[in-house]
Amino acid sequence: MLARVRSAAVLGLEAYPVDVEVDVGIGLPAFTIVGLPDAAVQEAKERVRAAIRNSNYQVPARKITINLAPADVRKAGPAFDLPMAIGILAATRQIRAPAAPNGTMLVGELSLDGGLRPVAGLLSILLGARSRGTRAFIVPEPNAGEAALVDGLQIHPASTLAQVIAHLEGTSPIPPLRTAPRAAASPPDDVDFNDVRGQDHAKRAMEIAAAGGHNVLLVGPPGAGKTMLARRLPTILPSLTWEEVMEVTQVYSVAGLLRGSGPRILRPFRSPHHASSTAALIGGGPGPRPGEVTLAHRGVLFLDELPEFHRDVLEVLRQPLEDRVITVARVQSTVTFPAAFMLVAAMNPCPCGHRGDEKRECLCTPPQVARYLRRVSGPLLDRIDLHVEMPRVLPAELTSVPTGESSTEIRARVLRARAIEQARLGGAASCNAEMTPRQLRRHCRLGEEEKAFLRGALERLGLSARAYDRVLRLARTIADLEGSDGITVAHLAEAIQYRAFDRPLRLLG
Amino acid sequence: MTGRCGCWGNVLTLQDAAYPAALRTIADPPQRLYVRGTLQEADHRAVAVVGARRASAYGLAVAEWLGQELARSGVTVISGLARGIDAAAHRGALQGGGRTIAVLGCGVDIVYPPEHARLMVQIIEAGAVVSEFPPGTPPLRHQFPRRNRLISGLSLGVVVVEGRADSGALITADCALEQGREVFAVPGGVFAETSALPHRLLQQGAKLLTTVEDILEELRLPKPPTSAAASAIALEGTEAAVYAQLSLDPQHMDVLALRCRLPVAEVARVLLGLELRGLVRALPGQRYVRTTVET
Repeated sequence: MLARVRSAAVLGLEAYPVDVEVDVGIGLPAFTIVGLPDAAVQEAKERVRAAIRNSNYQVPARKITINLAPADVRKAGPAFDLPMAIGILAATRQIRAPAAPNGTMLVGELSLDGGLRPVAGLLSILLGARSRGTRAFIVPEPNAGEAALVDGLQIHPASTLAQVIAHLEGTSPIPPLRTAPRAAASPPDDVDFNDVRGQDHAKRAMEIAAAGGHNVLLVGPPGAGKTMLARRLPTILPSLTWEEVMEVTQVYSVAGLLRGSGPRILRPFRSPHHASSTAALIGGGPGPRPGEVTLAHRGVLFLDELPEFHRDVLEVLRQPLEDRVITVARVQSTVTFPAAFMLVAAMNPCPCGHRGDEKRECLCTPPQVARYLRRVSGPLLDRIDLHVEMPRVLPAELTSVPTGESSTEIRARVLRARAIEQARLGGAASCNAEMTPRQLRRHCRLGEEEKAFLRGALERLGLSARAYDRVLRLARTIADLEGSDGITVAHLAEAIQYRAFDRPLRLLG
Repeated sequence: MTGRCGCWGNVLTLQDAAYPAALRTIADPPQRLYVRGTLQEADHRAVAVVGARRASAYGLAVAEWLGQELARSGVTVISGLARGIDAAAHRGALQGGGRTIAVLGCGVDIVYPPEHARLMVQIIEAGAVVSEFPPGTPPLRHQFPRRNRLISGLSLGVVVVEGRADSGALITADCALEQGREVFAVPGGVFAETSALPHRLLQQGAKLLTTVEDILEELRLPKPPTSAAASAIALEGTEAAVYAQLSLDPQHMDVLALRCRLPVAEVARVLLGLELRGLVRALPGQRYVRTTVET
């Protein structure tokens, strides 16, 4: 006897339908799963067997064959447990109902006692199936939080196999989930910019970075508060739109990091350790899972101790910084994950960390410092607009200052600047950091006086030629923060202060 | 006999007339002196400016100012091309449009430390780079104390700007005393580690130096014809306010902003303007100092 149950699996962030076909026939007792199952799918045998028995049903001593169609795509994970169990029960006529009424799609991992466990990537499955016309779903109850984000569907959350059976037989139907309200109002973050005392220069730089979407490099001795500042950047960025909330939640769902919670409303902040591998950063595994750059999508990726990162790890950051996506190629499949993040990197000013510190002496020789600084030069540095130098010890004068502005106040200015940028750029690029070279030339025109000033300053300070465009881009954002239409000498002067790495002696002293 | 040595400068022997007269008077003059650039008759009016490699911003400013003032007074500035005080003294002399001589502890064809390659070329144009070590000699530790006796030997007096208690400048000062040269010391802060050596030298009888005239009078050198009526620095508005807060002590941009009661963005702009005019210098860590002692 044959039964067919509809289910789905995830590849990258995309879902594809999988038909679970169960045949229970004559032969030596056996339990075979075909259709390129991986280890987790193979082990489903034991879970399914125990779950059925513990729900007071029987696994017949006959030859059970399960096919996961399409048979040429590798299947991973425990999400097929529930459809397999229902398939076996339907094929042996233990439930008196069609296994998949109205094309209901079943997803869920079983525990040995027949309970349902949450699965990763449910949001992707629901969105994918909806676009293919599926309307009804049975999902694990712990996944209800994310399932409720998708509207227009009949989603029945179940906590045990027995409940699913009762629902299918019609003896005790599970009421469908109600769609969650689009709660875009962000809850207060537990950190705020007014936690940071002093560091006015660095705070100003963060405001500019947020306003223009610029990447930042923080240079300062240990204890300067680089991590503290980076952690607070998401609090002054614009709130996520509902579309962005869904994107972020989908990523976290696929990564299995949602843990039963609802939507991810706050901008993510990820800080991978400098010993992280390439795969950890860009994503990997046989059916690739999202890496740190994707988990930081629409948020902030913080790389502390930048020069300590392996060179090829930094090298792979070039694609996401340029294209806002990351492509992970594996033998089985090639997937593309979103990776539109703001990069905040941090480093010490020299190997020992005390250069430029008034209280502690730096013993590094100039060649040592130069070698250390060179480790971050090149293509990655090219994509960082702001270089910010931070001091460590704050004189008493600074620590006694009243608390600075709160994140809310700063965010208000950032939002104003972003609105100006969006109106100017329209469509494709949403902030100044994303301006194409053509847009840069059109929107960053300088008057004669400004041109002369910039050329003179670059020459006098020995700035490299590539600094020219970067300074223009930054000056544009500074002008937007001020609500100024044109770029003035003052804007350019401030922008040049954030290009320390372009000045040969600036960091060497 | 003057012989070429590859393309790397001239060799002067003790018998040559061009051999610096001052060096003949010391106890163990080098048999050969390798010279890139030119040694002139006027170079007998020479003063050495030496000090620590890891110097404070104050020490660097003093060394540069001394180099400049000595150069303006027609005095050749002698030093060792090391990092810190030495390099600042050479730079000052070059800015003052005068002559300067660098005495190396390695061959004259070797640039040590390497970041002074450009400075060395400028010194060769406006003076000379000399060494008793043949070309190709690498910079080895033990050669530098030997080199120091030439720095004092070529000069009428030695100025110690900064140095810790165990600084190599102590050797130069000792050589100067043995050779009968004057020793001058620049005072610093009581707690400044970098001024420990000049302070000890002062206790032992070195001349206290506060102006260039102190050197010129002691060595009976002519004073410059026009006393430097340095044009006052004309600044207005916020530039003047920020400049007034600056000193030779490095100060962070945030502190300056706080003291001037100005937004930090404004101060950043003003500081860049001042830097472009050469009035302030930016140090690592967004700290700023004045470039001159003159007000």
